[in-house]
Amino acid sequence: MAEITMLEAIREALFEEMERDPTVVALGEDIGVYGGAFKVTEGLLARFGTERVMDTPISETAIVGAACGMSYLGLRPVAEMQFIDFIACCFNQVTNFAAKSHYRWGAPAPLVLRGPSGGGVHGGPFHSANPEMYFVHTPGLKVVYPSTPGDAKGLLKSAIRDNNPVLFFEHKFLYRRIKEDVPAGDFTVPIGKAALRREGSDLTIVSYAAAAHTALEAAQALAKEGIQAEVLDLRTLLPLDRDAILASVKKTGKLLVVHEDTRTGGIAGEISALVCEGAFEDLDGPVARVTAPDTPVPYAPPLEEAFLPSAEKVAAAARELAEY
Amino acid sequence: MSNELTREQHIELYYYMQLNRRLEERLGRLFRQNKIVGGVYSSLGQEAISVGTAYALEPRDWLAPMIRNIGALLVKGFRPRDIFTQHMARATSPTHGKDGTSHFGDLKVRHVVSPISMLGDLIPVMTGVAMAGRYLGHNIVAMTWIGDGGSSTGAFHEGLNLAATQRAPLVLVLENNQWAYSTPVARQVPLRDLADRARAYGISSRIVDGNDVLSVHQCAKQAVAECRAGRGPVLIEVKTMRMQGHAQHDPAGYVPKEMFAFWKERDPLVRFETYLTEHHLWDPAKKEEIDARIESELDADQKFAEDSPMPSPETAEQGVYCEGCHAVEAEWHRPKQEVMPPAASAEAVWKVKDFGALRGEKPPAAPPAAKEPAPKPAAPQAKPEISEAPPLRVPFGRGPKDRAFRESHEEKHPRHKSKKRRR
Repeated sequence: MAEITMLEAIREALFEEMERDPTVVALGEDIGVYGGAFKVTEGLLARFGTERVMDTPISETAIVGAACGMSYLGLRPVAEMQFIDFIACCFNQVTNFAAKSHYRWGAPAPLVLRGPSGGGVHGGPFHSANPEMYFVHTPGLKVVYPSTPGDAKGLLKSAIRDNNPVLFFEHKFLYRRIKEDVPAGDFTVPIGKAALRREGSDLTIVSYAAAAHTALEAAQALAKEGIQAEVLDLRTLLPLDRDAILASVKKTGKLLVVHEDTRTGGIAGEISALVCEGAFEDLDGPVARVTAPDTPVPYAPPLEEAFLPSAEKVAAAARELAEY
Repeated sequence: MSNELTREQHIELYYYMQLNRRLEERLGRLFRQNKIVGGVYSSLGQEAISVGTAYALEPRDWLAPMIRNIGALLVKGFRPRDIFTQHMARATSPTHGKDGTSHFGDLKVRHVVSPISMLGDLIPVMTGVAMAGRYLGHNIVAMTWIGDGGSSTGAFHEGLNLAATQRAPLVLVLENNQWAYSTPVARQVPLRDLADRARAYGISSRIVDGNDVLSVHQCAKQAVAECRAGRGPVLIEVKTMRMQGHAQHDPAGYVPKEMFAFWKERDPLVRFETYLTEHHLWDPAKKEEIDARIESELDADQKFAEDSPMPSPETAEQGVYCEGCHAVEAEWHRPKQEVMPPAASAEAVWKVKDFGALRGEKPPAAPPAAKEPAPKPAAPQAKPEISEAPPLRVPFGRGPKDRAFRESHEEKHPRHKSKKRRR
């Protein structure tokens, strides 16, 4: 057991998977000699060489396209988006080529597309986004968004071993801020399973990524007031762990969804619908949500702070819901 | 024309071209009978390209067709029934009705990657195929096609640029059929020869008469050999003409009638038949025998498709994900140890040749590489030369006529003083 950051956990997963399986290769912009914009892939080239760690031109479409092609010969490429915002540049390759490959013609495309996402680091409108829902809306993809080092490591290993294209979101605010004892040796965390972070009886807070930490912080504050919030960390957004959400809502009768993604079309809407379908009779209050507003991510610190869900906002919404 | 093909190979080329044409004629009829679910995209007049290029590949090689490359699929071993059932959306089709037209493939046996409708996307994908093949030691060549219209996409540029930086064994066949749906090539690309685009990627290119199957084939064979020898990628521009509308629904009224007439005289099948006759490679009886064989094959396969059921509705929700239904396995043709540490480990430093200096400023230490022997009939075009003249950086509001600016520039770049600007 060693306490490592989320960034180190992701790097460990890459090293271990490449060590374990020679079909695992990595490609992306500045990932080799430089070690990646955030140094996630540092040391990879020195260890595994230029055939397996490929510095590419600034061509997101070519990166994902080539990854698809490689996967057809049985490789398991891990492609990096320098910032996940740039996935917009290869939207077509992801949603039309990779995602539909197995459904259309039975060709599995086992590739991982990973990259730093999320706000809180003053990156502005093009280096802070949470574009996960474009892809949650794309059948054929899997979308993973962990919040802890252990989950990041175990889920990335699962993603690499999965036979489908997996989008792996790495919240950059958490890269070096969260440390955890990660079990030594080979382990995986299953894709599609949520984690119960905190047990409670008064309401359920469903969240993921950095917002899961915000939710936990709020839950701790609420506990001092006598409100026991249960916190469920989704970890995977596609496929969604419907059973875990419904089980928790059936237990507490109230649901608050918290995410850093913008409001309209965020996963809170989907979760709200599935709770209506599957646990309507168990609800003791309206489904509430705390999300970012429907704006791009602003640059100036006071604006970004106003944009992001805070523990105070979550606690206020939870309080209101608990009293309902 | 002399070539290395045997008599049987000549006949086989004819067989595939004729099969391609007769098959598509039937698809046109089925479309008019409302038996085709979607569109039919004719390759009438372009059969020599699909067949001639794909025929240059070996079974281990990979290809990804575009919508007008049914001929390439036939050469790679798919049968007319696959094409019929795909167009008619039958349960027996290679995609079981999930997709139509030539949108299907085969990873395991025929090494065909299914196209998608978004143009250009296959270029980076096939670059990845080529790279993976090299990585696994397969010594394969990947081939794909693009139209004159598709060459304007971003994916074309990104894909070809990646292929070039990787020296990937990729043959890209650019079918210049003069029309992107209703827009003539001159309104898409301000180039007489689209092969000129290769220059920008530092790769070799060739131009060939797309309506002459033997020229196409020979050119493709050389390109494949060049790629297999590690000198890829290669861009081949084939000049041809789309002899029907974009698809069956399109009467192509925008094409000047004289243009159709001009190209009809250059029909690839008629030309090849004449060639076979003039070179005594067959006789009328042989042609009759092949044509009869084709018709009976098409009869049987069309019947198979028409008798096939539509897919059952329950299957609509199946197959989105691979949950163990397909084995993902790489076939290693080289020792794995080569790509594992410590053998694979490398020093993580860049070697930068001549530090990016202006040409002539700093002579390269190494002598220029030996010239490649020029392949015979269609020699690759000259190696690209990056601009000779040193760019004169002009600060805003100042120009080369500004003496102070000129002098300071010459001071910084003494090699470029001289010549023209010497006072």
